[in-house]
Amino acid sequence: MTVVPIPEGAADRIAPPVSPASEPFWEATREPRLVLQWCASCDRPIHFPREACPRCLSDDLGYRDATGRGTVHAVSVMPKPANPSMAGRAPYAVALVDLDEGARLLTDVVVDDPWSVTIGQRVSVVWEPLPDGRHLPRFAPDPDRSD
Amino acid sequence: MTGERTGLRGAAAIVGVADAVSPTGELEGSTRALEVRMIREALDDAGLSISDVDAVFSNLSPGWAPSLELAEYLGISPRWTDSTQTGGSSFEVHVEHAAAAIALGLCDVAVIAYAATPRSSFKRGTGGYASRQALPGPTPGAEWELPYGLRMPMGAYALAASRHMHEFGTTSEQLARIAVDTRRWAARNPRARLQDEITVDDVLASPFEASPLHKLDCCLVTDGAGALVLTSAERARHLRKPPALVLGTGTCHTHSMISQMPDLTTTGAAVSGPLAFAAAGLSPAEVDVAQIYDSFTITVLLLLEDLGFCPKGEGGAFVADGVLGPGGSLPANTTGGGLAYTHPGMFGIFLLVEAVRQLRGECGPRQVEGAEVALAHGSGGVLSAMSTIILGTEATA
Repeated sequence: MTVVPIPEGAADRIAPPVSPASEPFWEATREPRLVLQWCASCDRPIHFPREACPRCLSDDLGYRDATGRGTVHAVSVMPKPANPSMAGRAPYAVALVDLDEGARLLTDVVVDDPWSVTIGQRVSVVWEPLPDGRHLPRFAPDPDRSD
Repeated sequence: MTGERTGLRGAAAIVGVADAVSPTGELEGSTRALEVRMIREALDDAGLSISDVDAVFSNLSPGWAPSLELAEYLGISPRWTDSTQTGGSSFEVHVEHAAAAIALGLCDVAVIAYAATPRSSFKRGTGGYASRQALPGPTPGAEWELPYGLRMPMGAYALAASRHMHEFGTTSEQLARIAVDTRRWAARNPRARLQDEITVDDVLASPFEASPLHKLDCCLVTDGAGALVLTSAERARHLRKPPALVLGTGTCHTHSMISQMPDLTTTGAAVSGPLAFAAAGLSPAEVDVAQIYDSFTITVLLLLEDLGFCPKGEGGAFVADGVLGPGGSLPANTTGGGLAYTHPGMFGIFLLVEAVRQLRGECGPRQVEGAEVALAHGSGGVLSAMSTIILGTEATA
């Protein structure tokens, strides 16, 4: 799995809090490895992780490895940082990515030209180190697959 | 389902309105002082007094229980209380709840109030609108969205706009047209924050806030306040001003975070709109004047489609020839809207105030002649919480 360096001069990113249901997700990012919560009853992924399935309310839930590949569903370029923790990164593209498993994630896109990111573009997960040893999943254009 | 809802039709009315805005964008006084002033003015507009009020609606307070704190401040002991918070659509939801409670006899006179001063608070360095970018508690938003630097709220709407453009070929020029026509209304409103007309090129030349949305696709940040008074249709007929009857209502919320929105190009208005029209026994073609939440141009475009004014995907073509402006077939956001009139963070109460004033014929140079049916549609959160209110004059009862 690709770990990307924090850009020079960039501020420290806001570290996401960990909820009880998402602990396995964030623990796996220490390796780093992308996992998704699944409902055993529906046999479908759940994101964000919950303590009950948002389709059937089952609590028979577990985690499975994810492919880390997906498609850009929507994208917007931020000409200015959203908050001080994004200082030194603008302009940057923020996208909704549909993982091949069927879950949708918000992410910023690791790419030289943020204006080049397009809907339908194939992307795959890359990792940014967080100070506490976790990694933040982000996405970059997939060099192996494009359409 | 819709058959049961018709019991609400015409049972209650908005009988008093007030709002406070300024071309400077700033208002004097605390939010509590503004709320009380609005309530006083709205009751006076109706010809009622605070001793008549037995229902209180408030979605914001410095503490933990908005309607309790407001009622305490007013020194009243209401028998119906409602602190429902759905962001900008809270006041449409409040009207729906008030109309239902009045129809069932659970209260008689309801007051809905709102005040926010993000512009002057920001200048004083006491939070204000900038607080929207602040760190929240350990919420799903903090965990799954905040670390990625989506500018809020415009970034969320920009994602929806990008998707609408991709799926339907909607253009920045078409979105800009909404801002242009809204500003034409503002030019007729001496109380509007921005009164100079603009062109499509002006919108496109303004910098991106979050692509594809330009600065002039985005609402203002101003101070503002408003209040509404509702009572039964029967009591309304004996009050000071002609009543605006609540003919139909509908509400639907689909998500809180933008990453959880089921379909980026279809909002809950596709549910709330048809519910409200069915309850009113009316169709979109019968709306004389529309107040449609314009936090961003894309908001209006999505809502026009979802409310049934045009088919899904055709909003861009629908707005292209000025239908929303003065003289258009669907006069919309006749104050100048959130884009040019005022936007203190939650615009929904101003939609209702203007809808009532249009039905009363009080709007002077921006009056839509002969308006009998008005629609007010609130949107809260990030296209999250939708609520539609259809109002009519006595002639529509």
